[in-house]
Amino acid sequence: MSAHGQPAPTQVAASEDRAGFTAEAARQTEVRRHVLLSTPALIVLFCAASGPLLIMLVYSFLSAGPYGGIEWKFSIDGWFNVFMQRDIFNDTLSIADAHVSILWRSIKLSLLTTFTCFVLGFPTAYFIATRPPDKRNLWLFFVTIPFWTNLLIRTFAIMELIRNKGVINTALTSFGLIDEPIQMLYTDFAVMVGMTYVYLPLMVLPIYASMEKLDFRLVEAGYDLYATRFKVLMRIIVPLVKPGIVAGSILVFIPALGAYVTPRILGGGLHMMLGNLIGLQFGQGRNWPLGAALSLTLLALVMVALLIYVRGANKSEAGRHG
Amino acid sequence: MVDMSNSSQPRMHRRPFSVVTQTGFTEMAVICFVLLYAPLVPLVVYSFNAGSSLAFWEGFSFRWYVAAWNNEMVKDVTIRSVYLASVASVIATCLATLAALGTTRTKPYKGLTAIYAMINQPLMVPEIVTAVALLILFAGIKQATDYHGMAYLIIAHTAFCIPFAYLPIHARLEGMDLTLETAAADLYATPWQTFRRVTLPLAWPGILAGGILAFVISLDDVIITQLVKSPGQNTLPTYMLGQLRRVITPEVNAIASVLLAVSVVMVTIFFFLNRKNK
Repeated sequence: MSAHGQPAPTQVAASEDRAGFTAEAARQTEVRRHVLLSTPALIVLFCAASGPLLIMLVYSFLSAGPYGGIEWKFSIDGWFNVFMQRDIFNDTLSIADAHVSILWRSIKLSLLTTFTCFVLGFPTAYFIATRPPDKRNLWLFFVTIPFWTNLLIRTFAIMELIRNKGVINTALTSFGLIDEPIQMLYTDFAVMVGMTYVYLPLMVLPIYASMEKLDFRLVEAGYDLYATRFKVLMRIIVPLVKPGIVAGSILVFIPALGAYVTPRILGGGLHMMLGNLIGLQFGQGRNWPLGAALSLTLLALVMVALLIYVRGANKSEAGRHG
Repeated sequence: MVDMSNSSQPRMHRRPFSVVTQTGFTEMAVICFVLLYAPLVPLVVYSFNAGSSLAFWEGFSFRWYVAAWNNEMVKDVTIRSVYLASVASVIATCLATLAALGTTRTKPYKGLTAIYAMINQPLMVPEIVTAVALLILFAGIKQATDYHGMAYLIIAHTAFCIPFAYLPIHARLEGMDLTLETAAADLYATPWQTFRRVTLPLAWPGILAGGILAFVISLDDVIITQLVKSPGQNTLPTYMLGQLRRVITPEVNAIASVLLAVSVVMVTIFFFLNRKNK
């Protein structure tokens, strides 16, 4: 263009327009190609992950069929039965105690599990982050191995440990410390121990990820200003790794809330959690609309937890920039 | 960035105390590591028990491994598990690779967040919820078509394996140098040649890692398999879950120990693949 001297202003505008237009078109083609590449995965995910959730939403508003399944008749009984029950004799309404207690147990045990995982996981993440850099990966590896081993097997290992005829009770009896085996299996305690055991790596890994970025010169500065170890921990370390703590808590809380295998094996029929109650509606209990409504209730609880997380993350982000 | 934490270390010796230690933290970490591994010890040890107890040691023997090996049921479910995990992880890895190519190596575009959300959905929704939703959908299809084959399990497993395969591939592609592809294009390579000779070899460790992860995840799955499978389609984990209701013999320990060993080997390979990535 410079070879032709100074072009007229309109020409410049036109060519810039054309350049802008072709750049725009090229960008559009590129975006289209990128979306196209993602499409096969998205189709599979829609068919086997998102789509079925929509169908479940519909099912939660239908009537229960006599032998499982549904009848195509609108009804809110499914949702109604989540918290309420109708007495079969005198038709009075009351709160469904069984469901409420299961819901309460799910939330209580998940919170307790999250707390225990934090108490164990935070020092561990700190320990790993303060190792020399070349050793950290190895320690991290030791946390990752149980994370990727079969959850069923790890739950099974806990069960064998705490059974009445298990390793702990047998050992205690043979040492003469107890006469009768201590009932540990099939209690809330067993479920909590089991969940803590299986979800512990999920707490350690994100806290470590935050901790790794921690500038330990700040800790040093704290000591230089006569802070005690505890003060340094509470005022410097914890606030700086808070995003990791929040992420770890969410990563433990969410699967714990929806746990199925661990409470089924360690809690038995009397110490069910929400996941087991849902599973039951599609097995012997056979009330599909109720099962669908319970699933969506669980999903809503998880979404609330996620929202709190997202808001917390945004806040801490804003706090850092501000 | 990583070395920051070490800047204080040379001075550590001159100080009366280490800057980085907190009271009781190391002890707690030791407890944590012991807790992570201790429960697995009796599991493995008693799989070699000569007697049929899980708490009394009666001598060393491979008896239960032989029993498991000769158990036709175990053979059957193992083959099904491996078949399912192989097919699902291969499909999931291919789809995840395409999706990772489609979500990296360009400026963020409109709808990218939605694609991320959709790919990661199986990680956010509790597994029991997905399992129940799939049960509802597949029950309808089973009734309508009278097809009860493995396709249901394969589709279900493929779907929840996609995010696990996607993560390492995405991470790998994200860190890749775009100029190499531009250079290839400048040297008159066709898009396919560029992909085959430049992009694919560079992304390969990530793809392999994603495939392994997907395989392990599929092999370990209990809940979705349990609710989606038709009668007679037990996999190794659902078979074991069923066995727990009966009198447990060390045979279950033997199977669990083998599965444990397989997972450890896979994770170790994954770990080294990922380390090379960095």
